Amino acid sequence: MKHMTEEELIAFREGVADQREVISEHLAACEDCRGELERIEAVLAALDTLPVPDPGADYGRRVWREIAPQLAEKPGQWWRVWLEPRRLSAAGAVVALIIAAFVAGRITKRVDTPDNIANKEQVRERILVVAVGEHLGHSERMLVELSNAVPDSPAQKAVNISAEQRRAEDLLQENRLYRQTALQEGDAGLASVLDELERVLLDVAHSPDEVTPAQLEAIQKKIEARGILFKVRVVNNELQQRQEAPAPAPQQNDSTKRERNKV
Amino acid sequence: MIRMQQSVDSTQALAESDAVAVERTLAGDRDAYRVLVERHSHNVFRLAYRMTRNRHDAEEVVQEAFLRGYQKLGQFAARSNFGTWVYRIAANYAIDRMRQRQKEEARREMPRTEDKDGMENDPLTRVKDEAPTPERLTQSIELRKQLEQALAALTEAERTAFVMRHWEGCGIEEIAAVLKSSSNATKNTVFRAVQKLRHALQPMVETRAQARAMGTEL
Repeated sequence: MKHMTEEELIAFREGVADQREVISEHLAACEDCRGELERIEAVLAALDTLPVPDPGADYGRRVWREIAPQLAEKPGQWWRVWLEPRRLSAAGAVVALIIAAFVAGRITKRVDTPDNIANKEQVRERILVVAVGEHLGHSERMLVELSNAVPDSPAQKAVNISAEQRRAEDLLQENRLYRQTALQEGDAGLASVLDELERVLLDVAHSPDEVTPAQLEAIQKKIEARGILFKVRVVNNELQQRQEAPAPAPQQNDSTKRERNKV
Repeated sequence: MIRMQQSVDSTQALAESDAVAVERTLAGDRDAYRVLVERHSHNVFRLAYRMTRNRHDAEEVVQEAFLRGYQKLGQFAARSNFGTWVYRIAANYAIDRMRQRQKEEARREMPRTEDKDGMENDPLTRVKDEAPTPERLTQSIELRKQLEQALAALTEAERTAFVMRHWEGCGIEEIAAVLKSSSNATKNTVFRAVQKLRHALQPMVETRAQARAMGTEL
């Protein structure tokens, strides 16, 4: 008796076999192939035990709350999202980056010597440094305020963190943009810190408006455990130094990036 | 049979209701899109999480999928199913996100905010165990780690094909559209994915089955 191939059995199990009836008839008569199919199913059953976290009953509402301010009046008017007040600062940074890239391109257009290419990269990087520095400063202030928040009295049952929550939502939009830009610029260290910051901002943005003192403490401990404030301060200090320093040579840039990767 | 008919009926009713919401959105009623977002967010999250294996990325994929869906709604063919359509957008963005994440991981020298077992420090993603003795917990964590590693070893196309076919029950044509591939090539991708997973996991699965049969499993 000719047995089924592994490919045929997997295709049968996943419901994509061309000759389903033929395989089915063969399986009814062949113990070896049934055993082989059972072994495949055991592996798939193990994979099925991997859990998917439940995002919560109000998840759909939360998604809507996140995206609604970014939607244009009518579908297709994508450019309108950049006119939303919350995205104007991020849009400003993008415009600044584009202008910087254009200016750098004009300056270095005629003679594309290695020095000029390096200059162009330096201009782009310095623009990013200034914008990200400001963003990190705002994020740090919000996280410090949240970390230091305490109930007014021991009897207080709920603490209102809606202001921090709204700021976190705004910062989240900018953060995504800067992280993507940092990645495109090849600054893995900065992208990594921004990625971690994004997780913390996401946690804060998704917190309820009012939290119990115990919940507040849990948020504060989470911020502390991730050491994000320390990382943000280190990177921000370094960005400020780069801002103040005269234009560094490309080699120095690379080593600086490598140093930050170790934060 | 009655249950199956009811299921078909409710799916049709949902699709018709989706079509109305799409029409209203296109006519300028932005709140109509809210119905679609709230209705499909959970399913899109499940797909995104299974593809990215990361809650943070999955949430980003969901938001981006609905944003892109809104921007491209004019291109949505009225006869199509909105759920399937937004699924496709999410799967495409999840592939982009996985690629980006891979590059990031390759470049990254900093330790991730994960515990020593390589899992996200998120209680919601932890395995629940009725009797969490330290030994059983260790075994559960070890099992999950191996399952996650086997999935992570798949290529993006293989993982996409496996998730969409095995877990989400998507049709081959639908998966082929996401992978920009032919039906036959997509079937091959599903096969390769399962084959790789099998080779990576079968020894461990059999050892556990034997231990269970002998009553020596902790």
